[in-house]
Amino acid sequence: MTARSCHDLCRRIARRIEALPDRPVRLMEVCGTHTVAIHRAGLRGLLPPRLRLVSGPGCPVCVTPQTYVDALIELAGRPGVRVATYGDMIRVPGRSTTLERAMARGARVSVVYSIMEALSLARQAPAEQVVFAGVGFETTAPATAVGLKLAADERLANFTVLSAHKLIIPAMTALLESGDLAIDGFLCPGHVSVIIGADAYKPLAARFARPCVVAGFEAEEILRAIDLLVAQLADGRAEVENAYARVVTADGNRRAWALIEETFEPADTPWRGLGTIPGSGLAIRAELAHLDAARRFGLEITAREDDHGCRCGEVIRGAIEPPECPLFARTCTPANPVGPCMVSREGNCQACYKYSRAL
Amino acid sequence: MCLAVPGKLIERDGHSGTVDVRGNRVQARLDVVPDVRLGDYVLVHAGFAISVLSDDEAAEALDLLDDPDEAMPHDGPLMP
Repeated sequence: MTARSCHDLCRRIARRIEALPDRPVRLMEVCGTHTVAIHRAGLRGLLPPRLRLVSGPGCPVCVTPQTYVDALIELAGRPGVRVATYGDMIRVPGRSTTLERAMARGARVSVVYSIMEALSLARQAPAEQVVFAGVGFETTAPATAVGLKLAADERLANFTVLSAHKLIIPAMTALLESGDLAIDGFLCPGHVSVIIGADAYKPLAARFARPCVVAGFEAEEILRAIDLLVAQLADGRAEVENAYARVVTADGNRRAWALIEETFEPADTPWRGLGTIPGSGLAIRAELAHLDAARRFGLEITAREDDHGCRCGEVIRGAIEPPECPLFARTCTPANPVGPCMVSREGNCQACYKYSRAL
Repeated sequence: MCLAVPGKLIERDGHSGTVDVRGNRVQARLDVVPDVRLGDYVLVHAGFAISVLSDDEAAEALDLLDDPDEAMPHDGPLMP
């Protein structure tokens, strides 16, 4: 990145915004890594006030429902059961506690970097039931798909997955359908798009007449994507453009997508803050039902939430900014988080607390 | 959570390989990049290579990682 090119891009964006009708222009990013990059680089302060960057439901940890966390905590406390999870999940609050606090009281939880480690745990301890917490968007789901296939091939009898995998486009669709917040265009997530491909946004762009631009993670790449979005608005276009073409193709990774389709099927699934969204989740296929922890252990994940005064739900929807929550930076801080958006390194509240709190 | 880091595939054993990520050797599954070859640069996420980068793409991505102003902040071990 060069300061010069960022400066030029910001000026160009400002000129384009001035030429648009005098109303706020709201662009939403739906990727936690973008949220962090935007706050860390201070991009909001570099852009004209009329251009609002709004963070949407892009942090998979944040959108995982409270009842899912409660199910993991309950499982990890059962005799002979071990929960294997990505580290991002252990501090996310359930209704009354977190996996981390449950661990301190003796619940069996292993933090893993990859599902391959969870499979190793199961192989090494045949007497223990290992439940892998399958969390994440399309970027992460192929890894879980491979893990499921390996477990099936090896006939691992003590390994299951509790799937909370989610698909981003149904969530973007639900936000637009709800109509309760104005979104003029989307900055589309870089690494989700590696898997689904830039063309995956075409039906959404066409149906709702909203421009969609796939963006990389460097400040300059994000500004370039914003410039393309604003140019489309100026021209009255609503197209899909790819500003991260060095990594993202039009078609995505077809092999990864095929693995997802072999092991999962779309399902209605609850999101924290958004309720249940049709076809937005990945449920384990009936052929692999013996590897589905929800079926093996009789668990039900619902949209029920106890919010403890936390307004994460509205932050996730982009309906409010973190400082509008009465708990933000008072009772809720990264050291003592109340809601998932402050727990997660990619949560809007934590990014805002760390980089933009003076605003 | 969708962080992915670029690295060079330096060993391969069937569906698994060793990827050099700025001097750190990490194990990565290669299931979704079946055509990858030794010496290729890949993006690694949650222990899986999710795409193969051209040399130019990799050079650009590694430049970003090497720039301290651009490196992603880490509060602890890198999670996916």
